[in-house]
Amino acid sequence: MSSHKAIGGRLFTAPFMVLLVIFLIGCFFMFQRFTSGIGSVSNLNGGFAWGIWVVYDVVIGTAFACGGYALAFMVYVFNKGQYHPLVRPAVLASLLGYAMGGFGAFFDMGRFWQFYEIFLPGNWNFNSVMLEVGLCVAAYIIVLTLEFAPALLERLGMHGLLKALNKVLFLFIALGVLLPTMHQSSLGSLLIAMGHKVHPLWQTLHMQPLLALLTALTMGFSIVIFEASTSAVGFGRHSESGLLSKMGKVIVGLLLTFLLIRLVVLMLQGKLGLIFAADFASLMFLLEMVLFVIPLVILLSSERRSRGGQLLIAAVSMLLAGSLYRFNAFLFTFNPGLGYSYFPSVSEIMITLSIIALELMAYLILVKTLPVLHREEHA
Amino acid sequence: MKRRDFLKATLGGTAATLCTTAEARPNLEPAPEAVGMLFDSTLCVGCKACVSICKELNDMPPVTDNEQQIWDSARDLSGETLNVIKVYKDGDAKTKDAEINGYCFEKRSCMHCVDPGCVSVCPCTAMRQHKVTGIVTHHADVCIGCRNCMVGCPYNVPQFEYNELFGQIQKCQMCNQAGLERVDKGQMTGCAEVCPTGATLFGPRKALLQEAKHRMQLKPGEIYNYPRGDVSKPYSHHEKEVPAYRDHIWGEKEAGGTSVMHISSVPFDKLGMPAVGDRSAASVAETVQHSIYSFMALPAVALAGLTYVVRRNTDDDNDGGES
Repeated sequence: MSSHKAIGGRLFTAPFMVLLVIFLIGCFFMFQRFTSGIGSVSNLNGGFAWGIWVVYDVVIGTAFACGGYALAFMVYVFNKGQYHPLVRPAVLASLLGYAMGGFGAFFDMGRFWQFYEIFLPGNWNFNSVMLEVGLCVAAYIIVLTLEFAPALLERLGMHGLLKALNKVLFLFIALGVLLPTMHQSSLGSLLIAMGHKVHPLWQTLHMQPLLALLTALTMGFSIVIFEASTSAVGFGRHSESGLLSKMGKVIVGLLLTFLLIRLVVLMLQGKLGLIFAADFASLMFLLEMVLFVIPLVILLSSERRSRGGQLLIAAVSMLLAGSLYRFNAFLFTFNPGLGYSYFPSVSEIMITLSIIALELMAYLILVKTLPVLHREEHA
Repeated sequence: MKRRDFLKATLGGTAATLCTTAEARPNLEPAPEAVGMLFDSTLCVGCKACVSICKELNDMPPVTDNEQQIWDSARDLSGETLNVIKVYKDGDAKTKDAEINGYCFEKRSCMHCVDPGCVSVCPCTAMRQHKVTGIVTHHADVCIGCRNCMVGCPYNVPQFEYNELFGQIQKCQMCNQAGLERVDKGQMTGCAEVCPTGATLFGPRKALLQEAKHRMQLKPGEIYNYPRGDVSKPYSHHEKEVPAYRDHIWGEKEAGGTSVMHISSVPFDKLGMPAVGDRSAASVAETVQHSIYSFMALPAVALAGLTYVVRRNTDDDNDGGES
């Protein structure tokens, strides 16, 4: 009945056990965080109030989780039905990625025991970008759960409920395109209010939401390519590089738009000189540009685009570029003022790693037990 | 074809709105009755009486450094310190208030911005600006601890109590928070009251600005009768030679201005003041946010368009079940 199937196999493989160990180590520090406070496990301080829990787990992690968003755009908005086989695994990865973001946000929340205050309409400050991010991400996690629910319902044989869900699913798919557009752009808007603390090369003011959205989309498409390529290798499945290479063309368009806007804005703001200032920020900017241009060079050639290995390099470079863009803006070149510095502590890093490990373990278990990946003969 | 047009229109509208800055929100204006403080760096002798009274009134412990347990030695603002006196030193640091080979003192505490970033970014309205006094207060009962106020403050004023499991944001509330309410009771802030030289002066923002401007007009070397306490009703005065003030009142205009203003004879960038510019970051952020989310009209239109398009496109392959 379903065009997807569980790939089955042993759950407790060697990679799984490694992830489990990482997760358990992290659990120790999570316990510490919830018994002795944020200060006992992190290097966050008065100037750097946001460290890797916000910047990696939420700001970058949710961009990594934009595969479902990017594919929903392709399949349901531009009606490219041939990408359908990639949707379900991408939705799962998105669900797990966003859940990780939510998890990270909860760890980071200074007053976690009253997190619900943000959901009480009486408290809402409509001037706040953070309000939009918080509510919209929470709503999207629910939407992703519903988008992924058919896989679970199929597995459990609950066909009545499945049919009912399928009837209204279009509404959730539409929300699944709208919500990430909103909060992924808002993640960029968060930088506007930080004003002078954001390095001039990354403080593009009005253009922040658009640049954040464009990188979210390129990272979304790249993660689909990355996941499809690695599961082709890891699970010994048929490669879908034909489909993936077409996706490469879309990335080229998005990338060119991003680079054009970025450079024109810097030019209009009269900041181009800073690119060659030969300081840390200019170095990071140039590194970022190289990482953005590598996928462009690969994907512009139809010959390179059709080669699985090249495609994977392009995707990885794009993911690194998008991550570095966000890391640079929020953390690496962020300057709150004299006397403040930040480097994550071991326990802080371990907590983030253990959440990633949890995410990967959940992915492995779910693709083996639920009908997530597309049946080979259709691919 | 039709749905494609529909989609294009929707996306086009989104893009157009994103680029619109026509209805930019200007900086907020100071409340007519706003109260504030004027810190005159040239009068400060670094006695830190203000730091001490601040801790006492706000019930905060001294911060100790190394083995030194006798007095408070906080170096910067924190969850336990709302006000701190910092020292500027250059070269042999022999002359007070000289930029070269000199030293001077600088106060760090909430500037009570006229257009406060912390109030703008707080998702839960836990940061509030009083309509009459302009005082920015924090209300931990609705705060989730996202700490956006910290990154959204140009001066790194709000501080989280990282060392406590159930910590909260702390900041100067001009001694007017519930339970203390000194300003409401007609008193002045603790730091202004105890300041022996009038370096920290309390009063209506307008009167303080006038006083600051007056000091800029004075000739270096002449004698001026400096007030202590509240500028509108000083409890005493003292005579002192006028220093060579920089012609710059920090907080008159900076990012929309502040209610706590500083004057000095050493340039403010040397004293660690940030390059905030004239436009408040909050006003830019709110302009962008409200262009996109005005009455949720744009998202609503986008959702309607998307629902229509998705509905059409999922109908095509409906029999196998949607995945």
